[in-house]
Amino acid sequence: MSRRSLTLLKNLSNGSRTQTRSVTYMPRPGDGAPRAVTLIPGDGIGPLVTNAVEQVMEAMHAPVYFEKYDVQGEMSRVPAEVMESIRKNKVCLKGGLKTPVGGGVSSLNVQLRKELDLFASLVNCFNLPGLPTRHENVDIVVIRENTEGEYAGLEHEVVPGVVESLKVITKFCSERIAKYAFEYAYLNNRKKVTAVHKANIMKLADGLFLESCREVAKKYPGITYNEIIVDNCCMQLVAKPEQFDVMVTPNLYGNLVANTAAGIAGGTGVMPGGNVGADHAVFEQGASAGNVGKDSIVRENKANPVALLLSSAMMLRHLQFPSFADRLETAVKRVISEGKCRTKDLGGQSTTQQVVDAVIARLE
Amino acid sequence: MTMAATFAKRLIGSRSSQILCTVNSTSSTASTSVARAFCSSTTPITATLFPGDGIGPEIAESVKKVFTTAGVPIDWEEHYVGTEIDPRTQSFLTWESLESVRRNKVGLKGPMATPIGKGHRSLNLTLRKELNLYANVRPCYSLPGYKTRYDDVNLITIRENTEGEYSGLEHQVVRGVVESLKIITRQASLRVAEYAFHYAKTHGRERVSAIHKANIMQKTDGLFLKCCREVAEKYPEITYEEVVIDNCCMMLVKNPALFDVLVMPNLYGDIISDLCAGLVGGLGLTPSCNIGEDGVALAEAVHGSAPDIAGKNLANPTALLLSGVMMLRHLKLNEQAEQIHSAIINTIAEGKYRTADLGGTSTTTEFTKAICDHL
Repeated sequence: MSRRSLTLLKNLSNGSRTQTRSVTYMPRPGDGAPRAVTLIPGDGIGPLVTNAVEQVMEAMHAPVYFEKYDVQGEMSRVPAEVMESIRKNKVCLKGGLKTPVGGGVSSLNVQLRKELDLFASLVNCFNLPGLPTRHENVDIVVIRENTEGEYAGLEHEVVPGVVESLKVITKFCSERIAKYAFEYAYLNNRKKVTAVHKANIMKLADGLFLESCREVAKKYPGITYNEIIVDNCCMQLVAKPEQFDVMVTPNLYGNLVANTAAGIAGGTGVMPGGNVGADHAVFEQGASAGNVGKDSIVRENKANPVALLLSSAMMLRHLQFPSFADRLETAVKRVISEGKCRTKDLGGQSTTQQVVDAVIARLE
Repeated sequence: MTMAATFAKRLIGSRSSQILCTVNSTSSTASTSVARAFCSSTTPITATLFPGDGIGPEIAESVKKVFTTAGVPIDWEEHYVGTEIDPRTQSFLTWESLESVRRNKVGLKGPMATPIGKGHRSLNLTLRKELNLYANVRPCYSLPGYKTRYDDVNLITIRENTEGEYSGLEHQVVRGVVESLKIITRQASLRVAEYAFHYAKTHGRERVSAIHKANIMQKTDGLFLKCCREVAEKYPEITYEEVVIDNCCMMLVKNPALFDVLVMPNLYGDIISDLCAGLVGGLGLTPSCNIGEDGVALAEAVHGSAPDIAGKNLANPTALLLSGVMMLRHLKLNEQAEQIHSAIINTIAEGKYRTADLGGTSTTTEFTKAICDHL
């Protein structure tokens, strides 16, 4: 995704205003009818950034319309009407939902993923041209199992002062996430899939995960497969991130690896991502779905909308509107590379609205 | 009379019986140590040394040489990993080795390669369980003169070492479904939190951050946090904060200067401490110290035994040397610790003598000599 846009970007920066078209996408008749997408603004910076997306979609006249629902992180369950809407529309865009720490309320993000069986979470971490970071040549896709593992939520107090938490790994879930990872690599022309694990200590649990990955790897002989232990993986990410391409991980390690990779490539404010299952897809800011920013950012309207804008571009491609997706991505990348309009987390001083206006101005 | 006075002074200290034992058993060194006692008022401390495998013996030699040149009053008791399984410990480490560490209360360990095979416990696991090493402390700071992408790292990771996800309790429920237990107890969490705050206080650190995932694992990490909060109340001068681990990872790679002391359960500690080691230059430069009950401290080099460069005088002894410095600080021999530490930093900063892994061409012996010259 980033490679194609880079060529487009190069052409644009050369001064020529004519966009080189790739082979035209031939839609089915009636595909241009507007699609309904559920929109959950969420908490904290959520409403700010989802508003940004709405404005940009409006400006592009994209064939999507949003059905907005208010959900707060403190609610004990996602309201039934919201779930119904997502089941009907099949696609959802959401801001972050903050989970109160240690509060006895289970995370709504996790609930949503489990109920809709969104078993794969995908974060694409890549260097944006024009945004200086300490690491170059980063283009990593982290595919993380989203439903089981350490997030099974099965905890109990054995006796006072001793608590147990169960980590559950099943062959079924490990297999389907491995299959998704290799399929993604195959469809997106990626050359390497790395499985992240800690099987030297958790021999049975992560051992089962690795077994499933190895079985699926045999069916894709054109894709290189290797394995790496999670602590070594984090060290290598910080030292030599260019060695990684697609990474497939169980639930908890995926969270850590995705956040580390997002951090080295520019921060969670710019990385797109989403959760996908067999029937539904929910797009959100790449890593750290529970991170809704500080209150000061909300008050001053300085949240970074880039992550959600790029995720909505992923959503447009998922809905099979590739041309709109390309236009949106190109505009966002131009704004970043010009460097004049950047929010606080990227080292600038702009507000969310200023970034949105800049993006709309640069839409083709 | 002065001799008796020095011994009397020591009797008041906590290590009285041990010092008397060592003085009684080694009469010849007693005279030299008494002579030294006139100048430095310290009697030699016996410490266990496990050189380890692979490059272990070479770097252990390096440490011994630097310590002797600096005049550190330590007598090394060397123990090697055996070639047969000792039935008393169920592993290749003999009972004598473990008794030695229990007696001396300090030790320095080089890299040990666990022999492949079944029917015995891994060496690190044996040490951990038998000596009850509950906290793993790793200071990570950017070495001036050795440039990495991060210049301003100065943090300490303290990791709970006995329970959590590494309890090793797994079973297959039915075919294709596996469960692994993560255990958190109040006792272990309190113990490691106490050590973290105590360390912060004695080393002049201002902030302790507890790393957790309590928004998802509410009871287990919630218990860990509760214990940390209880201990934090006893140290009002130290700022205490809690950071979710995914935020922590992101903040570490974007701006490591935000952190000071980090305390965490086992798995997160493993990952974060390796991440921090990567920020400053890798495992070849990282010191580490394991703290056990009754004041036992076993400093170790966390890198592997590197069998491919063993015996070729190419190994980098920095990790083991810095771990030795940690050991000295634990023994309150701060002057010599500072001396050796500055010597190491200056040698690396100068850039003339660096081993192959730091991009230079020196051998282990040349590097060691350069450090001794800097003392």
